[in-house]
Amino acid sequence: MKNTNLYLLVAFLTIYLVRALPMTLIRREIKSPFVKSFLYYVPYVTLSVMTFPAILSATGSVISAAVGLAAGVILAWVDGNLFRVAIGACLAVYICEWLLPL
Amino acid sequence: MSSNRTDNLTWFRRGLKDGFPIAMGYFAVAFTLGITARQIGMSVLQSAVMSLTMLASAGEFATMTVIASGSSYLVMIITTIVVNMRYVLMSAALSQKIRPETGLGHRMAISYAVTDEIFGVASSVEGYLNPFYNYGMAAIAAPGWTLGTALGAAMGAILPLRAANAMGVALYGMFLAIIIPPAKKDRIIALIVVLSMGASYLCSVLPGIKALSSGMRIILLTVGIAALFAWKVPVVEAPESAEEPEAPEHPDHEKKGDA
Repeated sequence: MKNTNLYLLVAFLTIYLVRALPMTLIRREIKSPFVKSFLYYVPYVTLSVMTFPAILSATGSVISAAVGLAAGVILAWVDGNLFRVAIGACLAVYICEWLLPL
Repeated sequence: MSSNRTDNLTWFRRGLKDGFPIAMGYFAVAFTLGITARQIGMSVLQSAVMSLTMLASAGEFATMTVIASGSSYLVMIITTIVVNMRYVLMSAALSQKIRPETGLGHRMAISYAVTDEIFGVASSVEGYLNPFYNYGMAAIAAPGWTLGTALGAAMGAILPLRAANAMGVALYGMFLAIIIPPAKKDRIIALIVVLSMGASYLCSVLPGIKALSSGMRIILLTVGIAALFAWKVPVVEAPESAEEPEAPEHPDHEKKGDA
């Protein structure tokens, strides 16, 4: 059994360097249209990939998770507020699991 | 100088305001993280320190997985790099949003809080990004994240299962709130979102590929799909670099764009 505190220190230093190295080493504006476009598209791909299908196993059942996903998409489409979308998706899951026995 | 300081303060306040919904969402997500921390035997203080220093959802889950399995410190380093590789891309992207002359101190400080949500909101700022906007968001989001984790670790056991299940989608709701509104305005982004989700689903069921860790799949798909679209549909507009004439290093990319 290793030391949990040491694990946490190692994890912190690693994740900080992952974030800080590009930020401190890339000092000039990137000119290449390809790299510029690539960096512009990155967050949309990453967040989409992380959301689906992982969201389907985030609750007690696939059905309630799918309801949460649908609620999230609809709320994000019509409203877009970060907080309201997150809470709305949670509420949809809660109501769904309350109506449908697991 | 003084107008500059007023400007920084304005951006800091704006960051606090825009960071509030992030903090609320973080609180719910971090709560579930805290429950996990407690389950693997971490103390409330350890879970809080982990969240305050790492400020990462998937990253912290991975960290706890390594701790629970008692793997080597080298495995911790490699896992942390792989699971959080998207932050390399986000940091690189954000390095292009701040003024090129921004000093090392600011760069090191911004780096602390490069998260999916803070990055997403900071990317949506028009023109150059003032670091104080990020500081404002971090100043409220990090305490929300830390407090949520600590409370989850302290009282997660008494939370009804149904409430814990419902909180499980909070993180994804935030992701959707970042990607859907731009997809509504830009058909290319919409296509990217649908394609990325589809590809991600395929990778989770295809034999062989599904054996890869989810962190690895995220990196491969991100690099592959973002590179494909950057090659086929390069972004034309570059509003803040209008003063310098564009001299594309790879002019052929533009031609391939209309294919």
